[in-house]
Amino acid sequence: MPSLPDMMTKLDPSGAAGGSASAAPAPADALFEALLRLGDSTLILGHRVSEWCGHAPVLEEDIALANTALDLIGQTQLWLGLAAEVEGAGRSADDLAYLRDAWDFRNLLLVERPNGDFGATLMRQFLFDAWHQPMLKGLEGSSDPRVAEIAAKAGREVAYHLDRSADLVIRLGDGTDESHRRMQAALDDLWPYTGEMLTPDATDAAMAEAGVMPDLTAIARDWHALVGDVLAQATLARPDGSYMHKGGKQGTHTEHLGYILAEMQFLQRAYPGAEW
Amino acid sequence: MYAQMVKSEGMKSLDEMSPEERAFQERIDRGEKIEPRDWMPEGYRKTLIRQIGQHAHSEIVGQLPEGNWITRAPTLERKAILLAKVQDEAGHGLYLYCAAETLGVSRDELLEKLHSGKMKYSSIFNYPTLTWADMGAVGWLVDGAAIMNQVPLQRTSYGPYSRAMIRICKEESFHQRQGYHIMMKLARGTEAQKRMAQDALNRFWYPSLMMFGPSDKDSVHSAQSMAWKIKMNTNDELRQKFVDQTVPQAEYLGLTVPDEGLRWNDEKGGYDFTEPDWSEFFEVIKGNGPCNKERLGARVQAWEGGAWVRDGLMAHAKKHAAAKLAAE
Ligand SMILES: [Fe+2]
Ligand SMILES: [Fe+2]
Repeated sequence: MPSLPDMMTKLDPSGAAGGSASAAPAPADALFEALLRLGDSTLILGHRVSEWCGHAPVLEEDIALANTALDLIGQTQLWLGLAAEVEGAGRSADDLAYLRDAWDFRNLLLVERPNGDFGATLMRQFLFDAWHQPMLKGLEGSSDPRVAEIAAKAGREVAYHLDRSADLVIRLGDGTDESHRRMQAALDDLWPYTGEMLTPDATDAAMAEAGVMPDLTAIARDWHALVGDVLAQATLARPDGSYMHKGGKQGTHTEHLGYILAEMQFLQRAYPGAEW
Repeated sequence: MYAQMVKSEGMKSLDEMSPEERAFQERIDRGEKIEPRDWMPEGYRKTLIRQIGQHAHSEIVGQLPEGNWITRAPTLERKAILLAKVQDEAGHGLYLYCAAETLGVSRDELLEKLHSGKMKYSSIFNYPTLTWADMGAVGWLVDGAAIMNQVPLQRTSYGPYSRAMIRICKEESFHQRQGYHIMMKLARGTEAQKRMAQDALNRFWYPSLMMFGPSDKDSVHSAQSMAWKIKMNTNDELRQKFVDQTVPQAEYLGLTVPDEGLRWNDEKGGYDFTEPDWSEFFEVIKGNGPCNKERLGARVQAWEGGAWVRDGLMAHAKKHAAAKLAAE
């Protein structure tokens, strides 16, 4: 048996998988990455929300949750469709959704958090919507007309998502002692996953520089203002921890994503090449 | 159909009726619609509550077998279509609970009866969805059977029920088409996909026939409901129509209906077919179907697990109504 250093020398040093985004990427690559971040986030959140189908606390919520999931999956088709086009490698939106492994996914860690109780699902939705809405508003002014067009369509849907999730957070935060306690617990639990979407990395910076995407520091200001206002109305305390998890945007995920993909991709993996 | 074996009150002849009852029956016979504020016999009201309630419960329990495959749908488009369909079913539940409310029963009361097992939902939703092809079979056969029953109910005598049916029927035909489209893709697909499609038809054929309820000769409550026009056709009529419509569709798919006794009967202008195993049907109705416990359990858990949400929303509304009042 060779010693460890011998084995190491035989490895191809370029074989490191899951690209690191520390260096500034080429513009086309950056656009592809940025579109994956949008499309993968809507896909994974849509998946999570769809897990509620038939299990919501009231019938109106069954309908609203299915509607939210449906909007998010529709947006995924558009973002991943454009990503596939930009990549120019002959892949489709479905290929990107169903035939990549976790390390190639670029969704925010926030959206892969498990559903938990209705409060956790709702809080995750609100924290995401409060980012998604200003983000899409910024994207509507993108220098890339394809991006602007998708953002305009998605923006109308997401404005409604945000109205709804903010309203429910306020009502349940300021409801009974139990609902307050559950909403606060959900907020505390999810808070460390909110930094990623508000903190630009090299790809975000390149996209902002090119006028394709808004500057995340501006989005962060909007987000903090809106979240602060809603939490105050909800009588919920803004967590003071400052530690933030990251990695989703670069392809380093939590353990949950693998299970989501195992379920989501099952048929495409079990019956390669079949049409559905 | 989504309402099976709905018990209705005893039937009277015109001579035995009170003047009010006779006037009521004559309105129905003339094809007039009965509206919530109109006088109606207690039996009519009770029977309708049972029937509409059972139908509403079927819609919401019906989310579960299809919801089972949303996260595993094989393409983004299939996922979106399935989500839209399940969302429609929840919407159907909502229309129907609203129609029942016009008869003086609240949604919460009806749900309590579902959860405690006092009210039923359609037997079909107690069967499992085991493969993707089941999403095709459910749309094609289950929504197809529901349409068979619901299209005539658009003409039912009770106004709110009739209007709910008109809205629902539009969406159901879309459901059936998307189900058939899934089957078509599978039947024209790989060997494994064809096998999946045939297997789904094998498992869903007889349970779909059971949706129409027991044979007319064993169906004791039909006459009164038919006189009141809250049941428009007999169980056997609808079942025959369903078989006659579905067999050519199966042939077009290249699939085999799992019934060796199936043959065209020129004389009656329809197919002869084997009746489902009614002992299985009664077991499922009693709670012994493959998924009864899971389905009802899931609904009860959703309700109980969501109590804090409903309470929280109520408490918030009360607080703010009180604050508003104090400010005035
Ligand atoms: Fe329906
Ligand atoms: Fe349907």
